[in-house]
Amino acid sequence: MRQIAINEVTIEREEHLLRARQAAREASSAMGFNLVDQTRLITAVSELTRNVYNYAGRGVVTLEKVEKNARSGLMVTVTDRGPGIADIELAMTDGYSTGGGLGNGLGGCQRLVDEFDIRSKAGEGTVVKIVKWQS
Amino acid sequence: MQKIPIIKIGENLIVSLQFDIDDSSAVGLQGDLLLMIQKTGATGVLVELSALDMVDSFMGRMLSDITRMSATMNANTVIVGIQPSVAITLVELGLRLEGVHTALNVEAGIALLEKLRTAKAGSGHETDSDK
Ligand SMILES: Nc1ncnc2c1ncn2[C@@H]1O[C@H](COP(=O)(O)OP(=O)(O)O)[C@@H](O)[C@H]1O
Ligand SMILES: [Mg+2]
Repeated sequence: MRQIAINEVTIEREEHLLRARQAAREASSAMGFNLVDQTRLITAVSELTRNVYNYAGRGVVTLEKVEKNARSGLMVTVTDRGPGIADIELAMTDGYSTGGGLGNGLGGCQRLVDEFDIRSKAGEGTVVKIVKWQS
Repeated sequence: MQKIPIIKIGENLIVSLQFDIDDSSAVGLQGDLLLMIQKTGATGVLVELSALDMVDSFMGRMLSDITRMSATMNANTVIVGIQPSVAITLVELGLRLEGVHTALNVEAGIALLEKLRTAKAGSGHETDSDK
């Protein structure tokens, strides 16, 4: 799989969520994703970056174009060194929230993209990688 | 944080979200709307978001909260102009926007607010005459 860097946004303050969404908007539109997929990507990035801001305080989002088997897609990696998630399955469950949210962020994000990979370790941080392939 | 203008037309308060807003601005808008309802006695709130290309779970919850809080102050809320791609994403996220009235555009939204007002006035009248 070939990976080409597009953009990187550091999340430290609330307005950086806007910046991350804007980066997702620009990348998905430049790559020619249809409008629904653009919206899915922007929304997924919004959910993941808000989690970083809310639960880890800071983190980084990278956007990359990926190519595999003559298909291209957008890969977004959201990394933080926050408290991590002890029970990932529970965190993925719709309606489960420790932060007074709706608890639909992670589960919903998975439904919005084609590939969803979450790695987390209590005390070490969380990495979520998502890919949307172009149809 | 950005201040989002609220205008009053007749019985209704109208808000149009013209750009992506941050969380504090959304929370600020919620508070401003409630203050405006209290100050003006408005009985309808119309939130227009056709310019938005995403509504995530935070914004979705804000829309339900505005609806619920306005209701406790005797005002109905109608959300108008949700883009089709946003509607699809909301469903996939699993957001139900419970109790939230929606309409296609501002005109339909104002008509719906009018209908909700008439329905309320009608039921209120019946209860009065029952006594
Ligand atoms: N980056 C993260 N670091 C630590 N905990 C997280 C992170 N992302 C999510 N979580 C945990 O998973 C839960 C579910 O997240 P989510 O589905 O986005 O719902 P919500 O944010 O509404 O709580 C959160 O309440 C939190 O406990
Ligand atoms: Mg979340």
